Order: sequence, then C-alpha cells, then structure tokens
Amino acid sequence: MQFTFTYIPVINKIQTLKISSIIALLFLINNAKAQQGISGIHGNFQTDIQYYNPDSAINAPAVPEKVLANSFLNLVYSSENFSAGIRYESFLNALQGYDQRYKGNGFFYRYASYTKDDLEVTAGNFYDQFGYGLIFRSYQEWGLGYDNAMDGIRVKFKPHDGVYLKGLVAKQRSFFDYGPGLVRGADGEFNINEIFTSLAEKKTKIILGGSFISKFQADNDPIYKLPENVSAYAGRLNLSRGNFNLGGEFAYKINDPSSVNNFIYKNGQALFLTAAYTQKGFGATLAVKRIDNMNFRSDRTAIITNLSLNFLPATTKSQTYLLANIYPYATQPNGEMGGQAEVFYNFRPESKLGGKYGTNISLNYSRVNSIDTVALDDERGYESDFLKLGDETFFQEINVEINKKFSKDFKLILTYINQIYNIDVVQGLVGHGTVYDHIGIAEINYKFNAKHSMRIELQHLYAEQDAKNWAVVLAEYNIAPHWFVAAFDEYNYGNDDKDLRIHYFSGSLGYTKGVTRIAAGYGKQRQGLLCVGGVCRQVPASNGYTLSITSSF
Amino acid sequence: MKKIFPVSIFLCIITLYNCYAQEKKLNIIPSVNIKKINGSTINTDSITNDGKPLIISFWATWCKPCVMELNAIADNYKDWQKETGVKLVALSIDDTRTSPSVGPFVNGKGWDYEVYLDPNGDLKRAMNVNMVPHTFLLNGKREIVDQHTSFAPGDEEQLFEKIKKVAAGQPLDK
Repeated sequence: MQFTFTYIPVINKIQTLKISSIIALLFLINNAKAQQGISGIHGNFQTDIQYYNPDSAINAPAVPEKVLANSFLNLVYSSENFSAGIRYESFLNALQGYDQRYKGNGFFYRYASYTKDDLEVTAGNFYDQFGYGLIFRSYQEWGLGYDNAMDGIRVKFKPHDGVYLKGLVAKQRSFFDYGPGLVRGADGEFNINEIFTSLAEKKTKIILGGSFISKFQADNDPIYKLPENVSAYAGRLNLSRGNFNLGGEFAYKINDPSSVNNFIYKNGQALFLTAAYTQKGFGATLAVKRIDNMNFRSDRTAIITNLSLNFLPATTKSQTYLLANIYPYATQPNGEMGGQAEVFYNFRPESKLGGKYGTNISLNYSRVNSIDTVALDDERGYESDFLKLGDETFFQEINVEINKKFSKDFKLILTYINQIYNIDVVQGLVGHGTVYDHIGIAEINYKFNAKHSMRIELQHLYAEQDAKNWAVVLAEYNIAPHWFVAAFDEYNYGNDDKDLRIHYFSGSLGYTKGVTRIAAGYGKQRQGLLCVGGVCRQVPASNGYTLSITSSF
Repeated sequence: MKKIFPVSIFLCIITLYNCYAQEKKLNIIPSVNIKKINGSTINTDSITNDGKPLIISFWATWCKPCVMELNAIADNYKDWQKETGVKLVALSIDDTRTSPSVGPFVNGKGWDYEVYLDPNGDLKRAMNVNMVPHTFLLNGKREIVDQHTSFAPGDEEQLFEKIKKVAAGQPLDK
C-alpha cells in the first residue's frame, strides 16, 4: 500500500493522475474503432547527457552530480477526429545553462482534442499564437529550455469559409508548476476573399485579424495598488497582390506595472510591419518595428523567459556561424525602434555573373535604436513620441553573403558581417560599452563522390572594444547516409589578457539511421547556436563529454 | 488514489500495443491547418500529388543543413519530376521573426517548391519532428513510407532511389 512516487516530486500529482487515467480510458474507447480510419500511435524522443569537467578558464563551474541529463518522450494517439497526447520529461538534473527550476521528472504535458463540425476543442496543454504574436504566443523550444505551454481549454471554430475564431481560458506553465495568473483570450481572422465568393478571383487578397488577451493576477502588494486585470488588444492586416505582400500588426496593452518595467503605470504599444516583393530569382523584404513597454507576462514578477505571454520578434538576421553568434541581438521589451532590409538574388546558371552553375547573393541590413523618451515625475515613468527615433544605438548589422558553385562538387560561400553591438543594453551589463566588429567567413563544401563529402569553415572576428581577435577553423566529414565526424577550434588569440587566449576545441562523431540520430562529443563550448553534422541546436557554455539521441516513430 | 497512476499507465500501454498490433496501416499526413506564403490558411488535407510520390521537408531559413538539402534537391528537381512525377513541399518552421522573408528567400534561391509556413509548430508536433531538417517521403496514397533527419551531401541520391521505387509501386527495404 505504501507506494511512494519519488519520480514525480512535483506538485499537481493528483491532477496528473486524473488526466492520465482519462487518457487511458479514451484510448480504450477509441481502440474499438481503431481498425477503421486513420488512427495510430506515434511520438518522439530525445535525450541529451553531459559529463562535466570543471574548467575555471572558461568559467565552467564544477558540477557536483558530474553527469546531467535532459530527456523527453512524446506519445500521441490520433485518429481522424480525435487526438490525445502525453509528454514525459526528465531533468536529472537539468543540464548547465538551463534554468535550475527544471528539476525532477514527470508528465507535465497532456492533452485531448477532437474536431467535429468545424469545431475543434482542446482540453489540457496547448501551444498557440494570435497573429504575429505581439500579445500572445505560447510555444516551446526544448533546446533552450523554453516552455510557456498553456493548460486549460481552447476552442477553435470556423463558422463560415474564411472565418477562423479561437478562444481560450488557461493557466500558464512555469517549469514544473503553474504561474499565478489566469489567461483569457480570443482571436478572429477574416480572409475577405474567402468570405465573399465574388471576391475569390480578385488579384488583391486581404486578410484581417483582431485579438484580445486578458490576464488576472491578484494584488497582494501591501503598498501599491496594482491592476489585477490587464488586457491587451491587437489588430492585424495582410494584403497581397501578385508578387507583393504587405503585413502588419499593432498591439496595445493597458498599464501593467512589472519587475521588468520597474513597476511603472504606463500603457504599452508595439508595431510590426513587413513588406515583401518577390519574383523568380529575386526577393526583397523590409521590416519596421517599434516596441514601447511591451513586456507582457502572466505573472508581473516573472523575469527572463519565464511566463511570457507575447513574442516580440527581433528584426535582425538569425545567425548560424559560430563567430556571428558571439554578439547576438535580443529584443528589448521595454523599448526599441528599428528595421531590417533584405535582398536575395540568384544569378542564373550560364549568365554573365552566374557562371556555369549560378551564383546566389543575399544582403541584409538591420538597425535597432532606443525609443525617444521624456521622463515624467508621476507613476507613468516616461512618455514617448511615437514617430521619433531614440539617440542610442542598440544594434546594427550589415551582412553580405555570396554563394558560388564552381562545379558539381565544389561550392564556396563567402560572408562579410559588420556589427555595432551595445553590450550594456542587450546583455544588461554595466561598463562594457559598445562593440564595433568585423567578421569574415569562408565556407568550402567539397563532394568527393556520391557518399563522401567535406565541409570546411574559416572564420575571423575582430572586435577592437572587446576581446579583439577570434578565429575559427571547422572541419566536417560526412559519409552519407550514416556517419559524420566534425571538429572545430574557436580561438580567442587576440585577447589582451593572455590567460583568456583560450582554445575552445570541440570534436564530435555521429550516426544517423532514418529518424534516429546518435551523436557523441567532447569539447569546450561557448554558448550559442551550434550547427554541426546536419542539425542545429542551442548549446550552453561547458567543458565535457556529451551524448545525445533523438528519434521518432 | 495513487494507485490509479500505474494502472492507467498500464492500460495505456496495453491499448497502445493493441492498436499497434492490429494496425499495419501506414500513417498518412495529419490534418492540420498551416499557412500559405500570402498568409491564408490551408489544411494539409489539400496537399496531394495526384497519386505520385510526395516529399515533405521541414526546414527553416536559419538552418544551414536544411538549405543545403533543398539546394541539393533543387539541382536535380526537374529531372526527378520528369522521371517520377515527384513533388516537394517545403514546410518552413520559421517564426514571426523570419517568416516574412521565407517567400523572398525561396525565390532568391531559385527553388521551384511548393512552400508553406507552420509558424505555430502544429504540423511539426503532429508529425513528431524533433529538429530540422526532417524529410518525409509519401507514396501516392499520401502514406508516409520513409523519413530521415539531418542531411549530408549524397543523401539526396539515396532519396531519389527511394522515390523511384515508390513511383514504381515497389516496397522500400527497411
């Protein structure tokens, strides 16, 4: 009788029990009809295990457990109109670099969902997004330890062609617990050309959308009178005609004093606009963004990535190369104004600049500044002129990439990047100032035969105001379809402090068969997005041995 | 109360096993709403290739191996289409940050694929995609007959061998 469930040392045990028995029941019921229609069990699995060496030179601390591991198994049952799923997660204990509140294991994600007569009902956990996400986006990035899954009821309804309605009432996940806030929301999307059949053939396509989110959190503060119900609204528009596409969203939030905005009683606004033109061989985009006091969480005291309700996209290029990730930009929710322009062009094969196999170029320019603010003496904190750009530069990047194929087997990619990076603002530090860096990268791809190929990357970064010179040499050898071996050395050879001229060396070996992939490695790693042997993943700073397995079925 | 938990897990496993044992059918594409480049919503039920093989490749503009794979296939795509009638659907998992550039990016690469967006990851989750690239091969009945993750140059030739078999209605060796 004395059952102890040491493997679920987290709250909400009872709820987990109830839900899993309900799911079991549903499985049983559905099993009766399993032979008809399209039903089945599927899922996926991943484990990342690391053995840690203490390494004071790179600030990798001693790990008392020596070995840490993050794993999950997703199990989904689906038939034509019904699906249910559970996810087992285990952080024994959480890998370095992940929030240490991920500790322990259990089923913390489970849902059941059915669709009938254009109505879709989900009970339990779900991820969703309203429009561009400026007031609501719930999502998961396992590799980053980011999971703000909702837990509650969501209903989607399509009353008419081109009309998509959504409503939800839920709490939000915070590690192995829930945040204190209640979240209520609704969204409507209207595809004008689908609603009015007379407009179906029109060249101009219009989609309109509107959304609303309200969160409730009790005010237990002994001094301040805090708003308990905070609502946010957003409207969006998407207009396309032929090769043109114009889209945008504007969001407004009532005053929402929080830890992130230093408890000021000011409303918040966000605007995100994009325009794109594209035709065969050519594409261009322009994005403009303004954010003013738009930190929005279901708990006013939550910080970093915890309990975020909205998503404020960074209008800067997503980097893949190691050195381009030393100074990565992150959106400043308290206020920023910026834009991005991108051009892609393909010089066709057999053309003058294209050569025999064609040449690809892409140009990217992005810039982010502060918003212009005037401090106020009252509880609102400051006021800001909507159209005025602030004086302080947070980030700027010029990025040029040329992708040239010389023969069927030989390809070269050259990249030049020039960045301005305000360390103090972006990383929340003091006294580091702004860095002006130059990065040059050459990537060589060579295919020996149908199975053997090699990839070499040579990278260099120069940052006068920070750690000066960095160089990277990376070599990767692939034997299709199963094997890869890779090694790289990231060397801060120009650091003023001789003790910090560190070689971040790393080597890895991997085996892939279908959807199963096993990779083992040893190395010192700086935090960043790492792309080796065919996949990309975020890795935290560490020194040690790693083993990771992923598969699905 | 606590006993319910292992009991329900056990029931789950039994039932799962039952389903598995009885069902020799292959999984087809799950029915999920995704977006077109112009922002309109479309259901995956309408992704078909008139009884010919279909490739669904999950990718993102920031994923280097994904772009390598789609480039490698693009070099041979016309020949593949002529020989087998295959169609490739490139499913971008880019979020709001990069999804507005997906259309221009694809044209800038000169790709001839059918491109859709899965910004909320609904299809990604429904098809159990852990990471990108993840490529599915479907037969004319839209059943998943093969899938692989990651990319190494040369993988595209292995894929084409499989496409030819699927087009000819032959089984794939496991």
